[in-house]
Amino acid sequence: MPLLEIKGVTRRFGDLVAVDGVSLAIEAGEFFTLLGPSGCGKTTLLRMIAGFDEPDQGALFLDGRPLAGIPPEKRPVHTVFQSYALFPHMTVAGNIAFPLEMAGKPRGEIARRVAETLALVHLEEKGGAYPHELSGGQKQRVALARGLVNRPRLLLLDEPLGALDAKLREEMQVELINLQRDVGVTFVFVTHAQQEALALSHRIAVMNRGRVEQLDTPERLYTAPASRFVADFIGKINLVDVEVTGNSHGHAGLRSPALGDLAAEPGNGVVPGERGVLALRPELVRVAARGETVELRNRFPGTVRELLYLGDVTLYKVQLEAGPVIEALLANAAPGRAKLFKAGDAVTVAWRHDAGVFLRG
Amino acid sequence: MRRRAQWLLWGASLAVYAFLYVPLAVVVIFSFNDSLLNAEWVGFTLSWYRKLLADGEMLAAAGNSLAIALLSSALATVLGAMAGIAMQRWRLPWLPLLVLTPVAMPEILLGVSLLLFFRQVLDLTLGFFSILVAHVTFSIGFVAVIVRARLAGMDEGLLEAARDLGATPWMTFRRVTFPLILPALVAGFLMSFTLSIDDFVITFFVAGVGVTTLPLQIYSMIKVAVTPEVNAVSTLLMALTLTMVLAATRLAPDILRRGR
Repeated sequence: MPLLEIKGVTRRFGDLVAVDGVSLAIEAGEFFTLLGPSGCGKTTLLRMIAGFDEPDQGALFLDGRPLAGIPPEKRPVHTVFQSYALFPHMTVAGNIAFPLEMAGKPRGEIARRVAETLALVHLEEKGGAYPHELSGGQKQRVALARGLVNRPRLLLLDEPLGALDAKLREEMQVELINLQRDVGVTFVFVTHAQQEALALSHRIAVMNRGRVEQLDTPERLYTAPASRFVADFIGKINLVDVEVTGNSHGHAGLRSPALGDLAAEPGNGVVPGERGVLALRPELVRVAARGETVELRNRFPGTVRELLYLGDVTLYKVQLEAGPVIEALLANAAPGRAKLFKAGDAVTVAWRHDAGVFLRG
Repeated sequence: MRRRAQWLLWGASLAVYAFLYVPLAVVVIFSFNDSLLNAEWVGFTLSWYRKLLADGEMLAAAGNSLAIALLSSALATVLGAMAGIAMQRWRLPWLPLLVLTPVAMPEILLGVSLLLFFRQVLDLTLGFFSILVAHVTFSIGFVAVIVRARLAGMDEGLLEAARDLGATPWMTFRRVTFPLILPALVAGFLMSFTLSIDDFVITFFVAGVGVTTLPLQIYSMIKVAVTPEVNAVSTLLMALTLTMVLAATRLAPDILRRGR
C-alpha cells in the first residue's frame, strides 16, 4: 500500500481549476517532487495534503485512511514553508521543541530530541539564538529540524531553497539528500526549479495547468519526455517540426519540412501522417568543422551564429542552411583551447539516429 | 541666507512648542504657589496638595476615575483585540467600518446617543456602570487598530505553521498569536486608560447625579473659580497621563521591531 494516495483530486477557485483530476501514489521513504511553473497547481495540492485546503472532488488517503475532514494539527504531516515561518518570539530550541510539546511528549524526551535534531542539522551552537539572529541557510536548517523532529509520516517542503543564493542552494541540496536518507522520512518537495528536482528526487511529477504531465524518475524525464511541455520545461532542448513517414516493414521514419528525411526512431504506436516534433538534447548534437568527415546520416551544413561560453561547456547556436537553428552543447575539453568554434565558422551539425524523441502535437 | 532660514525655523518651532506647553507649565507652577490667587508668585508650598488629599469628594472622584479607567481599558483591550484579529483574518469590508466609527464620531454625538440609549431604550440608572460601558465603547476602536497593525506586520504563515506542527486553534492562539500581539495589547490598554481617565464630554452625558469622575469634579470646581487646588489636581492628572503616554510610545517601537 502506498503511503499517500491521491485519487482524482480536483480543486477549483471560482472559474480557475487549480488542480484538475490528479491521481498519484507516493511510496514510504521516497523523495518525491512536484515540479511545475508557478500556477500549475503544485502548491494547492501541497496545501490539500497538509490539510489547509480540501478537494472539491476526489480524495486523499494516508496509510489507506481517508484524510478528508482531518484538520492540519491531526495529520502526521509537517511542512517546511517557503518563508520558513519560524516563530520569532521563540529561540531555535523553542521552535524545534514546539511540535514535541504539542504532541504532549515528556520534558526529558523533548530536551533529548531537540539536542539530537540540532546536531542533525549542524546547529548545536545555535539552540539559544533567536531566528532574526540567524543567516538564511541557518533559518532553513531550523525549519527543517522543526519539521522533522517529531518524525512525521510525510514532510512537505514548499520551495524551501527558493530564498537562498546559488552557492548555498547547492550545499543545501546535498544536505537535503543526506538528511532524507538518514532519517528515512518521506519527502514531498515542491519546486519550479527543474535542476533542483532532477538533483534531489527519486521520482518527479511534472505538473502543468493543474494536471500531471508525466510522472517518472529524473533520468527518464530527461531522456524520454512524454510531452512537448515536459521536454521544454526540463533542461534545454531543440524542437524540430516533423511528420511521421512510411511504415512499410515496421520501421517508421520522420521527415522534416526544412531538413528532409531524418534517420530516427519515432517509437512504437506512431502512425504515418502524424505531426509533432523531434526533441533533441543539445548535448547529443555534434558539431564538426566543415572539412571534417562526419559518418552520421543526420548531418546538415550551417554557420555558428552565437555562442555562450559557460566555463566547462559552451552552447553553440548554429544556423542551418536549410533554415532551423540548432543548439549544441560541447565540452571545452580539447587541450590547449577554450572554445572549439567561434561565431561565423562554417560547421556541420549532426546527430545519431537514436538521439531524439518524437513527441506528438 | 541658510543661517537665517535655520534661525527662522528654530524660532517658529520654539513659538509653537511654547504655545503648546506654557499653559501647562503655568498650571504646574501655580499648583506650588503659596497664594489663593493665580496672579503672582508668592512662595513655594505643598499645602494645596495636602488639602487635596483631605478632600473627600475629590478622592472619591479620583477613585471612580481610576476604577473606571482600569476596568474599561481591560474590557476594551479584550474586545478590541478580538475585533482586530477578526478584521485581519476575514478582511470583511464592513467590519472595520463598524469597529472604527465610534473613533471618528464627534464625542458630543456619542455622548448624546449613549445617554438616549441608556435612558430611553434600556431605562438604566446612570452611574458607574453607564460610564464604564461608554468608555469601553470609545476605546475598542483604538485597541482594534493597534492590534490589527501588529497582525498585519506578522507573517501569516506563522499561524499555519503552528497548526501544521500540531497545535489546536486554541494552542495556536496561546503559544503564537498572543505572545506576538502582547506589545499591541499593552499599548492598547495604556491608550484606553489615557482616553478614559481624562474623558469629559461623553462622561458628562452618561454620569448621572451620584457618581463623578475626576474631570467632572475639576469642571464643577472651576465653575466657581480656578483655585490652586484645581491646579494641583490637574498637575497630578497630567503626570499620570504623561506616564501612560510615555509607556505607550515606548512600547510602540517594539511593535514595529519584533516579528522581523
